[in-house]
Amino acid sequence: MNNIIKGEKHDWEMVIGLEIHAQVKSNSKLFSSSSTKFGSSPNSQVSLVDAAMPGMLPVINKYCVEQAVKTGVGLNAKINNYSVFDRKNYFYADLPQGYQISQYKYPIVGEGKVTIDFKDGTSKDIRIVRLHLEQDAGKSLHDQNPSKTYVDLNRSGVALMEIVSEPDIRTPEEAGMYISKIRSILMYLDTCDGNMQEGSLRADVNISVRKPGDEYGTRCEIKNLNSIKFIKQAINYEAKRQIEILESGGTIEQNTMLFNTSTGKTRPMRNKEEAHDYRYFPDPDLLPLEISKEEIGKIKSSIPELPDELKNKFIETYKLSNYDASVLTAEKKTSDYFNETINSDSELNNHAKIVVNWITSELFSLLNKNNQDLNNSPVSPENLGQLIKLISTNEISGKIAKDVLDDMFSSGKTARQIVDEKGLQQVTDQGEIAKVIDQVIADNPKMVEQYLAGKDKLLGFFVGQAMKLTKGKANPKILNDILKQKLNKKN
Amino acid sequence: MKIDKNTINKIARLSRIKLDDKESEDYIKDLNSILDWVEQLNEVNTENVEPLSNISSSILPKREDVSNDTNSSEEILENAPDKLEGFFAVPKVVE
Repeated sequence: MNNIIKGEKHDWEMVIGLEIHAQVKSNSKLFSSSSTKFGSSPNSQVSLVDAAMPGMLPVINKYCVEQAVKTGVGLNAKINNYSVFDRKNYFYADLPQGYQISQYKYPIVGEGKVTIDFKDGTSKDIRIVRLHLEQDAGKSLHDQNPSKTYVDLNRSGVALMEIVSEPDIRTPEEAGMYISKIRSILMYLDTCDGNMQEGSLRADVNISVRKPGDEYGTRCEIKNLNSIKFIKQAINYEAKRQIEILESGGTIEQNTMLFNTSTGKTRPMRNKEEAHDYRYFPDPDLLPLEISKEEIGKIKSSIPELPDELKNKFIETYKLSNYDASVLTAEKKTSDYFNETINSDSELNNHAKIVVNWITSELFSLLNKNNQDLNNSPVSPENLGQLIKLISTNEISGKIAKDVLDDMFSSGKTARQIVDEKGLQQVTDQGEIAKVIDQVIADNPKMVEQYLAGKDKLLGFFVGQAMKLTKGKANPKILNDILKQKLNKKN
Repeated sequence: MKIDKNTINKIARLSRIKLDDKESEDYIKDLNSILDWVEQLNEVNTENVEPLSNISSSILPKREDVSNDTNSSEEILENAPDKLEGFFAVPKVVE
């Protein structure tokens, strides 16, 4: 992959690191029993702890700790037996405590790595610095009233995992692939629902530019991006902005930026010199978090098959390409669907590539067109398996199979039913096909003459005519063979 | 380390506390005497001593992941100086 950006004066390279905030999929908050349900009426899920009423004490959610450990294992990371909760102090209307409980010096998870796969078959490792547990803040609405900000504390205190990468990312595409991979791992582990629209997964992007091979440049941080598209847009815009400044002889000021999703531009947040003084210190309300080796072992043994393992299994078992296998395993629902399809009939094992194509191109495009999700696909894996078997045994042609799939999708019938009802079986009987060809030849003497005189292109015309007579059901290979034979005999 | 007028002003601003001149002087004195005391503690040799994070030797209590279903809105907003349709209303926070 080409990482070089051509500047006016010379070449540049981006250096990118991501801080991903993933909401832990739990029933209750990190330090209180309030519900985490999304979309409830404002301030209906706020306990006295979340509202920071005097005298309230935080009690940690055991399940959230386990989910963080699980995620750490999924990121091939070191799990720390000892970690500490700190207070990160700042003032904001949606932070009633005046501080966020987070982890600073001693995070629950240490160094790890994830692998991203490129279309050309190559891969790259992105190193993880750490994962720590922290509280989410409330939500502020700024644009409802010219003089007021409205605050909803339902999200206040919900558990987040902050996953910090090393600056190993070099292009916007890699950034997109990295966050997709993290999302995929989280969803396989079921530790986060991965819903970027609802804000369950969002990222801060650190970006700088440099001449290839130079030291890192000064970086800027773009806050709170909640879609892969915005992440790529923001990186492209910010890199261009920094290159323009540097090429005109300026210097980059380290700054925190906001990305405007409607203009596609970044702009600096109000200069927060003071606000960066977070005065971290260990939270005196919480003892250090200690996890025994036994507990970690128990969590490790509960971990399901992860996308990379599954990918390698698919490559080995079904001889799929690295890329096909990574597309199949990117989302758990896709790999589940593939598994169910291919296991619905033992003969499909030898046609894995066809199964992949029918899922990832034909079925996906139907689902997209109808705004539906694979989870409630009108075509079940068993039914798709049956359709593919009809193709692989030559009972119907690939072309007719597409119409059958359309029909299955809208009517809910099985492939078998549709093929039987409509009589779509491929005609493979040589005698029958020969009869049709004889008729086509007899009906079009002039065309035959022209063909024999050297107009080879007319072969397609005869095939078309014969297909028309058989309603598209003639096996194309047999049809072609017999047609050529018969025409050549005339010569 | 000595606390001076600038430091006290910065701490006051971070804490959103307004101090008049007299109060500033008092706090400078108080905080400096606390720091002096801490300086005194520094004279103790703590080499090879693990930092003490908590004087209690108990372990962090944990709770099960069970949520309560009560609607907190009314109770939570009871003391709010200003509210609208279930939201806290605060002076505009401009970013």
